[in-house]
Amino acid sequence: MKGETTKKIDSIEFGILDPDTIRKMSQIRVVIPDTYDEDGYPIEGGLMDLHMGVIDPGLRCKTCGGRMATCPGHFGHIELVRPVIHIGYIKMIYSLLKTTCRSCGRLLLPTDQIQTYKKLITESGELPEEQELDVISQAKKVSKCPHCGKKQEKIKLIKPMTFYEGERRLLPSDIRRRMELIPDKDLRLLGIDPKKARPEWAILTVLPVPPVTARPSITLETGERSEDDLTHKLVDILRINQRLRDNISAGAPQLIIEDLWDLLQYHVTTYFNNEVSGIPPARHRSGRPLKTLAQRLKGKEGRFRYNLSGKRVNFSARTVISPDPNISINEVGVPREIAEELTVPEEITEWNINHAKDYIKRTEYPRAIYLIRPDGRRKKITDMNREEILQELAPGYVIERQLKDDDIVLFNRQPSLHRVSMMCHLVKVLPGRTFRLHPAVCKPYNADFDGDEMNMHVLQTEEAKAEALTLMLVQNQIISPRYGAPIIKGDEDIVSGGYLLTKKGTAFDKRIAEKILIKAGIKKMPSPDIGNNYSGKLLFSMLLPSTLNLEYRSLLCRDCEKCVGSKCPYDAYVKIKRGKLVSGVIDKVSLQGILLDTIFRQYGPEEAKEFLNKSTRLLLASTMHQGFSVSVEDTRISKEAQQEIKAIIADARQEVNRIIKDYNEGRLKKLPGKTLRETMEDMIMAILGKARKDAGDVAANYLSDYNPIIIMSRVGARGSLLNVTQMSAMVGQQAVRGKRIMRGYRNKSLPYFKEGEMGIEARGFVSSSFMEGLTPTEYFFHAMGGREALVDKGIRTAKSGYMQRRLVNALQDIVARKDGTVRDSDDVIVQYKYGEDGTDPMKCHGDYAVRLETKTYVEEKDRDEINIEDEGDDYD
Amino acid sequence: MLDSKVIVNHILVPKHEIMSKKESKAFLESNGLKKDQLPRILREDPVVKAIKAKKGDIIKITRNSPTAGKAVYYRMVY
Ligand SMILES: [Mg+2]
Ligand SMILES: [Zn+2]
Ligand SMILES: [Zn+2]
Ligand SMILES: [Zn+2]
Repeated sequence: MKGETTKKIDSIEFGILDPDTIRKMSQIRVVIPDTYDEDGYPIEGGLMDLHMGVIDPGLRCKTCGGRMATCPGHFGHIELVRPVIHIGYIKMIYSLLKTTCRSCGRLLLPTDQIQTYKKLITESGELPEEQELDVISQAKKVSKCPHCGKKQEKIKLIKPMTFYEGERRLLPSDIRRRMELIPDKDLRLLGIDPKKARPEWAILTVLPVPPVTARPSITLETGERSEDDLTHKLVDILRINQRLRDNISAGAPQLIIEDLWDLLQYHVTTYFNNEVSGIPPARHRSGRPLKTLAQRLKGKEGRFRYNLSGKRVNFSARTVISPDPNISINEVGVPREIAEELTVPEEITEWNINHAKDYIKRTEYPRAIYLIRPDGRRKKITDMNREEILQELAPGYVIERQLKDDDIVLFNRQPSLHRVSMMCHLVKVLPGRTFRLHPAVCKPYNADFDGDEMNMHVLQTEEAKAEALTLMLVQNQIISPRYGAPIIKGDEDIVSGGYLLTKKGTAFDKRIAEKILIKAGIKKMPSPDIGNNYSGKLLFSMLLPSTLNLEYRSLLCRDCEKCVGSKCPYDAYVKIKRGKLVSGVIDKVSLQGILLDTIFRQYGPEEAKEFLNKSTRLLLASTMHQGFSVSVEDTRISKEAQQEIKAIIADARQEVNRIIKDYNEGRLKKLPGKTLRETMEDMIMAILGKARKDAGDVAANYLSDYNPIIIMSRVGARGSLLNVTQMSAMVGQQAVRGKRIMRGYRNKSLPYFKEGEMGIEARGFVSSSFMEGLTPTEYFFHAMGGREALVDKGIRTAKSGYMQRRLVNALQDIVARKDGTVRDSDDVIVQYKYGEDGTDPMKCHGDYAVRLETKTYVEEKDRDEINIEDEGDDYD
Repeated sequence: MLDSKVIVNHILVPKHEIMSKKESKAFLESNGLKKDQLPRILREDPVVKAIKAKKGDIIKITRNSPTAGKAVYYRMVY
């Protein structure tokens, strides 16, 4: 790379190869439609002729004398007996036939008009696109040549590639003659540079044959040879070419010759592109369509997107992921098999040479696998040369050793939509065959364990490691750069566990308290606070920094008129004093918000990481002791509650029927901006919405406070009141496009109903709960609503994915510089101050980013005011 | 054609000021910028026409920002 400078590509020129050039670059004329003889030797004059390069070991190229590794391959050519159209230029040919004279070949515009257009030709020799289109559209309409006076006939293109002039078919040879007639001076106005692309070159008389290296044959295990698709296609072309030649020289009737000619055209066309609409694709014997030239380049698996823009890397691994709350959030469990395969380079210095020798001496994991000498030569360490290498080893050498604990890796889950999709982890080699990750990092990766796979990349240079450690390490990403609140956090069971542990009345005897604390790695026992027992609040306090003071309301807060603070009857007021949980239960607000957030900001990433690690283990351990499970029975509500809900439905039905009656009898008043029908629908939807809400409240009231589903939804672990409602009370109105279900049959949604029926059941109201089960019609309506949700989700992801692609493309080299400016790759300013306010959302406190009056960042001390009552001397 | 006063005083149009030669020079020097590194604004831009700025002038644009209070931006007339 030394001395290289970046170069900018100014322009790229495309042209058409002319027959002479094709012959000149060809090393051999291919005539025989075959590849190898019985001995497996390339047939001379065949498609594998040695003049076009070698793909067999032991043979030499007849053009350059090189062997398999050194010969780059050379072109050959086929002389076509009759010209054929190049399918890629069909549009250009069509346009030229229509815009030029059939007799003299001139552009079908009067001389003075041609002169005016010529004046518009720019320095680069081109006519601006707009005028070019004018020329074409005007010349197309001319019916009599202004130059020779010949009457023009209508040209028709019968897709995909047959031309007619009036009723007469134009054979490729006729078209070629016509193209030859067009003078160079007129071509410029049609957007063609005659030096690079004479139009007659688009009608092929000679076909280049790509080097054999571009279409190598493969030898199957059976010893049978399998040829490349391109070679197959070229065989076809040669065969038909030969038959055409024979027939012509035998004086066959014109009809037969034209049939063969068309067949040749077909083969040449599919050789270029096997997906031309209107042409049956050429197939392999097995029925698989052949992958010809265009197919090699096009699409996701084509040369551009797959090979050129596609990036593949070494030192990476991929496997299924599974959870492990016992490792740290910044670790990743790596299977032993993967650790043995991946390597890390270690540069030998006089200080680590003995340590390196230990690795070389080892014959089992973890051992050194390669030695790299200062001159860059690489040597595999084997039993044979181990002693030798130990002697030779000196500073400046590099060994590549197997991956081991605490090595630095990047861990990634696709689609990598934001920066926390790829974070730096430390290796922890574990038995098993999956990557293990801490449940708290599921959120940023958007991972679950239903078969998700993730990728790991082993960093190979010191710079990369340093960069990853400072910028990408997991604990440095706990706060989301998007909204300034924790994104790495415990959820679900951990939140339930927080509630169960810290709610009033939870206490453990010494034996169990010890068991729970040791799980979190806490070895010092506090003194018991309830007689001889330990309260849950006390155990939880062991996780908190001893100087922490914090007061806030938990999710359980009922917004009482007068808040009584830590004497809250619902234990919803969280008060932490000098690291002790005095009152309140720990729920989502604590574990995913204020508490975690405060620990991160006041004590830093390390402390926050430890809090996450320990709280996960402690809360899971205590939950396992207390027990927490859900059964179907937990969704069942009492007879009384069911009666109440039935009454609610009956009332709603009555009310809806009244509205329908009003509507039918013309008594309904129109709402502004709505039709009468819409007004009715709105009112019905409102009534049914309220009915579901009321039913949900009834169910929630009847379900006990000890119901696990209720607990989970109240403390923010999983599920919402809506979920509870749907399971226990009623599923409610199903909607398609935000309206009651109107589609289906004429004036009814399902055959079961009467025409014009507008009652609640007929339009998708589901009054059953999931617990009771749905009636067949309800089930069907539910599926209709469900399908809409599914389709919407698919469309949304597709749209946002495309938007993401476009944005990333536009923004990829825009950089926030050290001086606070945002610039592009030419150093041109995009923003004078990052985001116009120069704030890093990750360093902002939720909504409290910047204090506007002073235009300075909120000071650390001031920030605390927002959440913490100042306790003065409590800080040290 | 809109009256230039109407454009400049419109509530949605931020304040545009032409910087003097001296100010421009000081601004470029203190930020270590070359003129061609500045974002551009077209000569045909209605506000540029309204304040009669010429090609090469640097225009200081002061906008209200919900997070920064005032955000200042500079563009070169192109
Ligand atoms: Mg999944
Ligand atoms: Zn060669
Ligand atoms: Zn003519
Ligand atoms: Zn309260």
